Order: sequence, then C-alpha cells, then structure tokens
Amino acid sequence: MADSTGGDGHDANRRDFLYVAAGGLGAVGAAGFVWPLVDQMNPSQDVLALSSIEVDLSGIAVGQSITVNWRGKPVFIRHRTAAEISQAGAVPMSDLPDPEADTARAEKPEWLILVGVCTHLGCVPLGQQGEFDGWFCPCHGSHYDTSGRIRKGPAPLNLPVPDYIYLDDNNIKIG
Amino acid sequence: MSGESSFQSNNAIIKWIDYRLPIFTFVNDAVVVYPTPKNLNYWWNMGSLAGIMLVVQIVTGIILAMHYTPHADLAFASTEHIMRDVNYGWLLRYMHANGASMFFIVVYIHILRGLYYGSYKAPREILWWMGIIIFILMMATAFMGYVLPWGQMSFWGATVITNLFSAIPIVGEGIVTWLWGGFSVDQPTLNRFFSLHYLLPFVIFGVVFVHLWALHHHKSNNPLGIDIKGPQDTIPFHPYYTVKDLYGMAIFGTIFAIVLFFAPNYMGHADNYIPANPLVTPAHIVPEWYFLPFYAILRAIPDKLLGVVAMFASLLILFVLPWLDTSKVRSARFRPVYKMLFWAFFINCLVLGYIGGKPPEGIYIVGGRLATALYFLFFLVLPFIGWFERPKKLPESIAKAVLKSHGDGGGGGGAPTGAAGAAAKSEDRG
Repeated sequence: MADSTGGDGHDANRRDFLYVAAGGLGAVGAAGFVWPLVDQMNPSQDVLALSSIEVDLSGIAVGQSITVNWRGKPVFIRHRTAAEISQAGAVPMSDLPDPEADTARAEKPEWLILVGVCTHLGCVPLGQQGEFDGWFCPCHGSHYDTSGRIRKGPAPLNLPVPDYIYLDDNNIKIG
Repeated sequence: MSGESSFQSNNAIIKWIDYRLPIFTFVNDAVVVYPTPKNLNYWWNMGSLAGIMLVVQIVTGIILAMHYTPHADLAFASTEHIMRDVNYGWLLRYMHANGASMFFIVVYIHILRGLYYGSYKAPREILWWMGIIIFILMMATAFMGYVLPWGQMSFWGATVITNLFSAIPIVGEGIVTWLWGGFSVDQPTLNRFFSLHYLLPFVIFGVVFVHLWALHHHKSNNPLGIDIKGPQDTIPFHPYYTVKDLYGMAIFGTIFAIVLFFAPNYMGHADNYIPANPLVTPAHIVPEWYFLPFYAILRAIPDKLLGVVAMFASLLILFVLPWLDTSKVRSARFRPVYKMLFWAFFINCLVLGYIGGKPPEGIYIVGGRLATALYFLFFLVLPFIGWFERPKKLPESIAKAVLKSHGDGGGGGGAPTGAAGAAAKSEDRG
C-alpha cells in the first residue's frame, strides 16, 4: 500500500475501506443466501409444467358456455350468439374503462375465451348476468359485457384473454 | 426494576437455583410484588385474558395439528375426521375456532380501553406499537387458520385476501403468484399457510414478551391517566390483581363456554362446510366478523388500489396515534370533547362492522363510504381537539383520588383549567 499518504489518516482510511468491503461482501453473501429462501415460494417446476391444456370445441352449441380448469383457474369458453357479437362490436371505445376492441379479444368472433377470474379480487363471475348481459361478479358487484370487458364496478380491467391457438377448426390449445 | 429485589427465601434449594438463575426473583418482581396502580377497573382485565387466549389457541392448535392433514385433497376430510372421529376432536376444534373469536373480542376491548384512557401516550408509545404489531400478526394468523379447513369460505377468502396484493402496481401480480406458489390458491398455498399458521403464534408470543417488558418498565396506566407518584398509589400485583384477573377469567370462561357449547357455529359460515371448489364462488362471501370493519373500508372506495391502501391505512394510522393526539391529558374522564369523539368513533366502528357484513349495494354503499370517511376524520380532528379542549382538573394523585371518594368518577370534577397542555403539564410527565 505504498500509494497512501501515511500517518494516522492512512490507517483510518485503510480500516474504513476494510470495514466497508467486508460489510458489503457480507451483505451480498447474505442476500445470495436469502434468495433461495424467497424463491422457493414461487411456482415449482411441476406446477409450471401443467400450464397448457387442449380443449375440443365441437360439442358446444351456439349460446352455450363451458368452463374448463386451466392452471387451477376457470376458463370460460363461450360460443357466442350473433346478437352478442354485434352487441359487443357496437360499444364505443369511450364507454370502456379498459378500452379494447371485441375483434382484438376473440380470434374467431363466435368463440370467446376468457380467464373467468374477476380482475378485482379474484372471484369467479357468473355468466349471462349483470347489466351488460355478460358476466357479473357477486363478490363486489363488477359487471362485464358480452366481450368480457369491464363496464361497471370496482374491477379495473377486462377479463383477461388467455394465450390460445387453434390446433384445427374444433380444437384449441390454451397456454 | 433498579435496586435490590425484595425476593428472599429460606429454602436452600430455591436459594441455590436463584443465585444461578434468578427465576424466582424474576417471577416475584413481575407478578407478586409488582407495584400496580390501586385504581384499575375491570377494563384492565383484558390483557391477562388475551394472554390466556393465546395459550388456549396454541395448546388446542398443536393438538389439532396432530390430526389435521394440510393437503388440498385431504384437508376438508381430515377436518371432518377431527369433528366426528377423534376423541373430543369436536371440542378442541370448536374451542380453537371460537377461541379465535373470543381472542379478538378481548383484544378489541383491550385496544378500545387503551384509546379511552390514553394508554398510548408518552412514555408508552412503544408499548402501544408492540400491541399493534401483535394485532396485525393476529389478523394474519387468523386469516391463514381460516383457510386450513379448505371449505368454500376458506378457499374464496384466501383468494380475495391474497388478491389484495395484486393492487400493487407492476409487481402486484408477481407477488400474488409468489404467495400462492402457483397460478391460483391451491395445494402449495394451503401447505405454506399451515406452516405459517403454526409459526406466527410463537412470533406473537415473542412480541407479547416485549409488550410486557415495556409495560413493566413504566407500569400500567390507570383510569385517571396520571402517573404513579409513590408507593401510596400502588398495591402489589399479588394477591390483589391475581384475584381480580382470576375472577375476570371465570366470568369470561363462562361466556366462552356458553358460545362453545350452545352456539359453536354462530360466528362461522355455513358455506365453509362445503368443500373448496375453485370454479364456483359462493354468492355472498364475507370474512370472519373480526375483519368486517376493515372489509367495509376496502369496499367503500370504488378503486381497487385506493381501496386496498385505505384498508391498510386504517390499521397503520394507529402507529402515529400517540403524535396525532396533542393533549397531554391521558384519560377521557377529564377530556369532555375527546370522550364524545371516542364514543362516536366506537359506534362508527360498529357501523363499519355491520356494513362489512352486508352485500355492497344501495344504502350500504353510501353508508360504507360515510362511515369510512368518519373513521379517518377521527384521526384528522384529533390533533385539534388538544388545542381547544379544556380538560377537567386532574386529581393530585391516585391515592388522593381513591381515598377522597368513590362516587364522583375518581375525583376531579373541579372547574376547568386552562388549555390541555398547560393544565396537565406538571402532572403528566412520564
């Protein structure tokens, strides 16, 4: 350590550096040790592995809905009527708290696929109810329209559309 | 706690032990000769009752854990197994479930007593904080315990409450997934809630120890709210308050037994006897009664994030209460304006609780918003009360007030003197 000024100040500076360096390294080490303790709470590999399902749509008539279980959550698959589709398409964007076009929410307009979890606090909304003929959440009174978009109540966002692809005309893969 | 202890013994074994581990001295100082204000009323019984309830919950809980299975497929059935097959299982489970309610009743009275008699003021601020921390830990413990039977209310209560964290911007969803250990409330959630539900009572036990440490340093507050000025103001804890606490426990135990044996499901929800179904939410979900006032505040705000913020704020604001209250006079007996405000606050809390149990529609929405506003208004006007309120004259000492008369509300009653700060300045320095 020939570069320092010498005297008492030299020792004090050297010591300060050692304290800070040792303390800093200790803090990094402690954080490194804490991370596994925190991360173990996140979804485990088997939970992540079960994250997609395939659904056959052929048995669902017009005006009918089914609910399937995806990642422990209900997913609504609704075969919408022409009236519902036109109703959803006719809503001006300015009426929506979370503006999103119906065409952006349903790849094929007759099939609406939604995660059936209220965006307020996670209850399962009831189908074909509420003031907008879509879904109504009984817990805290959120109303969704025929496109699953939030229209009234405490929920901030539309019912989410999960990622899905059409495997063929009658089969979809969610997730 | 300074100076020599009064503990003495002629027993050679006790002396031998106490010299090495002064446990007899400790017990003697803490609960035998411990100087306690002469004038404590029955509202001061709640602390010991809360302690007893913590022990009851820990004992019954450890036993229930011997028969319960924390698995999503088995939890409901194992709970019914406890109720139907385990010897006295019904008794232990009902004791534990209703014990939680009794614990909260006692603690709510304990908190209100502190509010009324100004027990949160200097030099007891940290004592007050420890109490709030215990209260918050109790809420977390009770919430997770309610999830364990894995009925419909368990499941959906867990869903709604954990979703409160999704209101946090950006990281909210990640936090909720982390809490769940999956993409919904499921097996990992149940398993970790069981682990934490078992842990937290012991954390509470630790904080209770700190709470009592702080308490014993400056001793109990009292209905007059004035400091202990000498030995003439106090009596030894034993036998005077051991007997009074035991008597209170007998009365409390009777009430507990009546609930336990005649109405064990009165404070529960029938929906929780339906096994958890992740695809169907019950039509009317409400939390346990002791969360209802906070639930009402959550629902009063028509914005998700602000509702959650208001709910937590309603709890956390208690931490700054010692500084919001600018009056130096502790007891509401001598504070005519604060006394009215206290009762208004108390009634408003009952109203919030009532509204929290009703569906969020019509009059209950308006009422909930009004009551929420009043709840926070209490804390907002409190600093100003100390300014203009003219408190009644404080008695010279506990001893004089006790000896003078029993009839006029503990003495005082004289003409009002000056502003709050000036009147009490010499009396109330801790």
